[in-house]
Amino acid sequence: MTPTYYLVLSAALFTIGAAGVLVRRNAIVVFMCIELMLNAVNLTLVTFSRINGSLDGQVIAFFVMVVAAAEVVVGLAIIMSIFRIRRSASVDDANLLKY
Amino acid sequence: MTGSLAAAPLMNGQVPLGEAVAFWVLGPIALAGGIGMVLLRNAVHSALSLAATMMALGAMYVVEQGPFIGLVQIIVYTGAIMILFLFVLMLVGRDSSDSLVETLRGQRWAAALAGVAFALLVALSIGRAFRGIKPVNLDAANQGGTNVNSLAELIFTKYLFAFELTSALLIVAAVAAMVLAHIERDEPKPTQKTLAQARIRSGRPQPLPGPGVLSSGNSIGTPALLPDGSISPESVMASTPGVRERPALPAGEDDE
Repeated sequence: MTPTYYLVLSAALFTIGAAGVLVRRNAIVVFMCIELMLNAVNLTLVTFSRINGSLDGQVIAFFVMVVAAAEVVVGLAIIMSIFRIRRSASVDDANLLKY
Repeated sequence: MTGSLAAAPLMNGQVPLGEAVAFWVLGPIALAGGIGMVLLRNAVHSALSLAATMMALGAMYVVEQGPFIGLVQIIVYTGAIMILFLFVLMLVGRDSSDSLVETLRGQRWAAALAGVAFALLVALSIGRAFRGIKPVNLDAANQGGTNVNSLAELIFTKYLFAFELTSALLIVAAVAAMVLAHIERDEPKPTQKTLAQARIRSGRPQPLPGPGVLSSGNSIGTPALLPDGSISPESVMASTPGVRERPALPAGEDDE
């Protein structure tokens, strides 16, 4: 077994996240799927760092985590305020800008 | 510390047996968590299976010679981000389960097909691209102290500007969350006097009847019975869908 297996696993996780974004209706679950995709990319970065023998990949994964934390905070606040106005967290209901 | 790193050196590009075992244990957990997150209807269950995935990934980072990033993954993702998700789910709880109605017909199948195709594309191309590559491993980079020291050296020299930018990003995010979550009160705060006046004017100064605590059940969903034996709808919470539990009356008292 080589470190490439990690990359294949991360590709599978990324795909699951992307399919989840397409399939799920609840805005919070869609958000969790995005987190799964970010995690998959982090696994890729850590594995690349190991394959290349330099720590830059781990540093970039660290930055991805920081950005993900900021993104989650703002995104969940937006979902909360939409829920407060529309009483729904479904992505299908927020269609005011349609047409 | 270097000796306590979970990963042993690579042998001719192959990972050692212990790491392979760890991968084959953690990988299925991560995959199952991801699939469970997409398939489970209840959003809280989805969040918990995502937490399992993140824990498995964190352990995998530790195995992959990144003890710092692995622990940060567990602390930040499962400790902070998933808890934030769960808090928001509690606040948005009523709507937390998905509707089964498909807005676009056949979208699920199309998404599944696209997912499988994408997974095949990426996995095959990665597998081919890395076929002849001999991995270097991080033993040299983790030397000169530990993984944490080497990472700190990189963050505070090569990536210093990006690191300073993240501090700006974090404070902007914190302020943004406060602004978005804040509600401005558009009427004066009710005082005890106004509350008492409103209560008298409502025509019902007495408190609502409590739920029925009968020998057949003491849940708050059990309605109280009025003197004529009928159910008092005011005794259960407004959000209680219908009357969940009908108290079983003793035989002979069923009808008046």
